[in-house]
Amino acid sequence: MKAFVTVIGHDTVGVIARVSGLCSQLNINVEDVTQSVLQGMFAMIMLVDLSACNVPHDEMHKAFARLAAEMDMQINVTRQEVFDAMHTI
Amino acid sequence: MSMFKSGDILETIAMFTQENLDVRTVTMGISLLDCIDPDPRRACEKVYSKITAKAARLVPVVESISAEYGIPIINKRISVTPIAMLLGACPDADPVDFAKALDAAGKAVGVNFVGGYSALVHKGFSAGDARLIESIPRALAQTDIVCSSVNVGSTKSGLNMDAIRMMGRAVRAAAEQTADRQCIGAAKLVVFCNAPEDNPFMAGAFHGPGEPDCEIHVGVSGPGAVRAALAKLPKDAPIDQVAELVKRTAFKITRVGQLVANLASQQLGVPAGIIDLSLAPTPAIGDSVANILEEMGLEQCGCCGTTACLALLNDAVKKGGVMASNHVGGLSGAFIPVSEDAGMIAAAQSGCLTLEKLEAMTAVCSVGIDMVIIPGDTAAETISGLIADEAAIGMVNSKTTAVRVIPAIGRRAGEVLDFGGLLGYGPIMPVNTASCKTFIDRGGRLPAPMQALKN
Repeated sequence: MKAFVTVIGHDTVGVIARVSGLCSQLNINVEDVTQSVLQGMFAMIMLVDLSACNVPHDEMHKAFARLAAEMDMQINVTRQEVFDAMHTI
Repeated sequence: MSMFKSGDILETIAMFTQENLDVRTVTMGISLLDCIDPDPRRACEKVYSKITAKAARLVPVVESISAEYGIPIINKRISVTPIAMLLGACPDADPVDFAKALDAAGKAVGVNFVGGYSALVHKGFSAGDARLIESIPRALAQTDIVCSSVNVGSTKSGLNMDAIRMMGRAVRAAAEQTADRQCIGAAKLVVFCNAPEDNPFMAGAFHGPGEPDCEIHVGVSGPGAVRAALAKLPKDAPIDQVAELVKRTAFKITRVGQLVANLASQQLGVPAGIIDLSLAPTPAIGDSVANILEEMGLEQCGCCGTTACLALLNDAVKKGGVMASNHVGGLSGAFIPVSEDAGMIAAAQSGCLTLEKLEAMTAVCSVGIDMVIIPGDTAAETISGLIADEAAIGMVNSKTTAVRVIPAIGRRAGEVLDFGGLLGYGPIMPVNTASCKTFIDRGGRLPAPMQALKN
């Protein structure tokens, strides 16, 4: 149950800390992190494992949505299968 | 992470969040052939029980797939066996009772629409067909989520001109009987030539008699994603590169649809039917098929060059999508519904896009004259003439065509009719008013073309 957490917006202090803090709170293991600047926007991508997540999917999405609102950034959690389907043959 | 490029991941996220990429519909096809009963009350009970049993988990399962995988899935729908087939067994039934049973069952399981208040009369009428057609306006006025379609012609059989005459009247009556609700009845009624029996899109979805007992179809979408991809291509790039880029984007869009189809089929324990490779616009800004054509180099949709650009788009969507999916079906192609597409609305409002140009466009794309609002005083025969023209294009070109026009009762060309939601709004487009009454009144069957003789 791998997924990518993408965080997009204006760079601020503590982005990685706050997002990984929430992951830890939800028992989501972070396996890899990369960040880049795309068209002037900061973008962080985290590969995570959701299999031990301690809340149901909708609550997890709500928790990330709350954090996104607090940080004024866009956060999406999308399962790895979606990217597999779209970008590999 | 190493397997994926950051660019690919961010592209997908942008498609979902900024370019309106979504799976437009997961549609469960349900056969009602085992609900046929000479007692109409019992038949309606069987219809209600079968739909609510088969589709009980449809909405929650699809919503959980959407949440779990992070894929927006907009509509959950049901298509059923053409109700005229059930009606044939009970000559004294009020057909509208069946529509009410569909409406109640659909609401009970929480779907957006139920399609299949339909009749297949391309060669002629069997028991139940004429009664169903006559009841359509009343059925659409007395229900909320039931959609109706009638197949009036095919390449193999020609055009049933008696049915075409009836449908001109039915379209007008459907609008008249819902005149207090933006004439919404007519927006839920499609007249087809070569109707596909596995179409997941409304209002024309029904579950054909050759289909299995129950199956899951998926209709993909994503005009916004195609437009965004084309916007990045230099304006002097040769048209071959445009086609290639559309194909690549259509592939990605369709793979998302196939993933959802696999998951839904697995989790519901129902076989996967088809993927409909479609570009279905919404009134949302940027989610427009017209805007894709304009991105290819047209000042506004409807100008000279529009039909050629649409032909390229329609073909490239199929070429890209076909490799991304296991079974292709339904309408598969670019849709051009006027009131559901912000670019089409703008082009119709400015006068650049006319009904005659739309007719030409339907020769090279899927469906046809779709969600076009016409003056309220348009004669029933004129609507029949429009249906006959569209059906002739479909018949001769061995493709599906359809007409879904909404006569805006009490309003004239240039005014606006607003349905709200996914059905959108649009200007009332002028229709050629010279009479075709004598032609339509002839009735009979327009012979099938030479293309029918392929054996």
